[in-house]
Amino acid sequence: MAEIVLKDLSIEFGAFKAVDKVNLTVKNGEFVVYLGPSGCGKTTTLRCIAGLVQATSGDVLFDGQRVNDLTASERNIAMVFQFVSLYPHLNIRENIIFPLKARGIPRAEIARKLDWVTGIFNLGDELKRYPSALPPGARQKVALARAVIRNPAVLLLDEPLSAIDEQFREEMRWELGHLQRELGVTTIYVTHDQREAMSLADRIVLMSDGRIVQVGEPDRIFLEPENVFAGQFIGSPSMNLIDLTPVDGGLRLGGSNVTLTPASNLIPEWAVASRRKLKLGVRPLNVHLVEPGSDPTAFPLAVDDVFSVGRERFFMFSIDGVPYQGVDKRKTTGGAANAVHFVPDGLLFFDAETGLRVTGDAA
Amino acid sequence: MSTQSHTARQAELKRQSSGRLMIFGFLSPTLAILLFMVAYPIFSLVYYSFFNFSALRQTTMKPIGLRNYEFLLSDPQLWERFVFTGKFVFICVTLQMLIGIFVGYQLQKNFKGRDIVFTALMMPMMLSPVVVGFLWRYMLNSEWGIVNFLLYSVGLPKVDWLGQANAALWAAAAADTWMWTPFIILLATAAFRGIPETIYEAAEVDGASPTYKFFRITLPMAAPVLFIALILRLIDSFKQYDLFVALTGGGPGTATETVSFAVAKTAFSYFYTGEASALAVILLVIIIGLSMILVRHLQKLGERY
Repeated sequence: MAEIVLKDLSIEFGAFKAVDKVNLTVKNGEFVVYLGPSGCGKTTTLRCIAGLVQATSGDVLFDGQRVNDLTASERNIAMVFQFVSLYPHLNIRENIIFPLKARGIPRAEIARKLDWVTGIFNLGDELKRYPSALPPGARQKVALARAVIRNPAVLLLDEPLSAIDEQFREEMRWELGHLQRELGVTTIYVTHDQREAMSLADRIVLMSDGRIVQVGEPDRIFLEPENVFAGQFIGSPSMNLIDLTPVDGGLRLGGSNVTLTPASNLIPEWAVASRRKLKLGVRPLNVHLVEPGSDPTAFPLAVDDVFSVGRERFFMFSIDGVPYQGVDKRKTTGGAANAVHFVPDGLLFFDAETGLRVTGDAA
Repeated sequence: MSTQSHTARQAELKRQSSGRLMIFGFLSPTLAILLFMVAYPIFSLVYYSFFNFSALRQTTMKPIGLRNYEFLLSDPQLWERFVFTGKFVFICVTLQMLIGIFVGYQLQKNFKGRDIVFTALMMPMMLSPVVVGFLWRYMLNSEWGIVNFLLYSVGLPKVDWLGQANAALWAAAAADTWMWTPFIILLATAAFRGIPETIYEAAEVDGASPTYKFFRITLPMAAPVLFIALILRLIDSFKQYDLFVALTGGGPGTATETVSFAVAKTAFSYFYTGEASALAVILLVIIIGLSMILVRHLQKLGERY
């Protein structure tokens, strides 16, 4: 177990800045998930912590010790890779005990640890088989068993579940979270799947273009995104983003003729008072379709389409040709429903120029 | 429903049989050539091996059963040929595998000028064995060869490389190794480079030292390809003939005659066609045995990966 500190960490490949001055402290035993789109630098950061990629500048500290100059095998880490990295010529048993054998651990202890780890992962029946005979999910399970067998100080996981079937992924995700809490090992997990991040993380580190956008507990990132990127990246379906233009006594909603006023309880006084261009962020789950006149805060907007995804019903509406999405919570379908209601608590305001979230306190 | 499945089955059968005809059509030219070029010679080879027969006197052809084989297998001179061939094969294959794997491992890494070095190293393999034989014969000439010149210039005694049985064996092995190590290098490099980088990264994270990685990851993962290379070299050096014709002419005396050399000599110098056929059959059996190991191994490979 270890505390990991990244200090002004930069990693460059030629002229390309993969990671740009990143600072982060991962507490002992914490489960941190790096989340971000492809190419944002999250995997590169992880590989740098592992010792597989050299930092261009800045430091990586394990428990206060600078480890930049240590090779991956000298750092007490274990890693599970995105794609299969099991040794194809060794059976499952040999794969799992490889890290112990490579370090010259006595046989009796290897046998003891193997028993322990096969128990956890329920791999007893697979030990004599070869990796190619196992489905992808089981292979990642073996990779995980190989990672934890020697009680590493740090467990690094690089999109370990992305190559696995949906069904098995849920199960593995649950097991992984459970295992991490049980072992209490400091864990850094890289993914582009926000559901994995939301369900596993103690804290999420949201990255974009080599920089950290926001660090925080999953709920906080969801409810209080620091900027437009954080707001839109997290949450599915994605957050609606609508321009607000200041007009007399209120803010005009996009290119529509709807003006939101503080009187309607939808927008706060300060937003109108600031008289600057804003962007309204509202998640589809806070946008509802209602019968006209049934809700005084609802306003008429053109509804383009209503469709179902499983048990949920969504609808599309557009403002000035730009499509947006909401959730249709009415009990019955059909009827003349073309009034849209925003849940007041679910509205976020972003500065139109900087993209940063603005609140009444700041203004 | 049942009629439908019946017609479907009929269509399937029709499709299959026309497919089979098509396959046979495409195969028949090759089959004809194989029959003419391989099956017929092998058949006549085995046939002649049961006769006291010389190609020079076609009329006298006496069936003698297995006596050609009896004679050959009880001939101490032939056993000497086998022992020499065995020594030659062992030295060649060992040297070629060791050097080939070592150089191949160096060449799997990317460095500047790698392609040029690689191409240059492949050159000996492109030459004809006879050319290689003459080349080395001149280099090893006891009077004016460059090898002895170099030895002499550093104060060492000249060696009669091709005039002594043991030295000639090593000289031939050196020539064969010079020519064929590139083949091992080629295959070993390809095999080493085929190992995915993530496997090495995983091993690095798992705490494997470079030596441990080489012996537990690199070699075993390249082993299937290396094994094929080994068997191919084994078969090839076992039937080595042309190199010896050019390099030593089988001499001194008969000291560097391989089994293949003996076959050629019996068949085309002495024209003991029956006896030569029997010897060729023995050689064939040994080589088929080696090939079967190869084929079986290739099949196993297909199952595992």
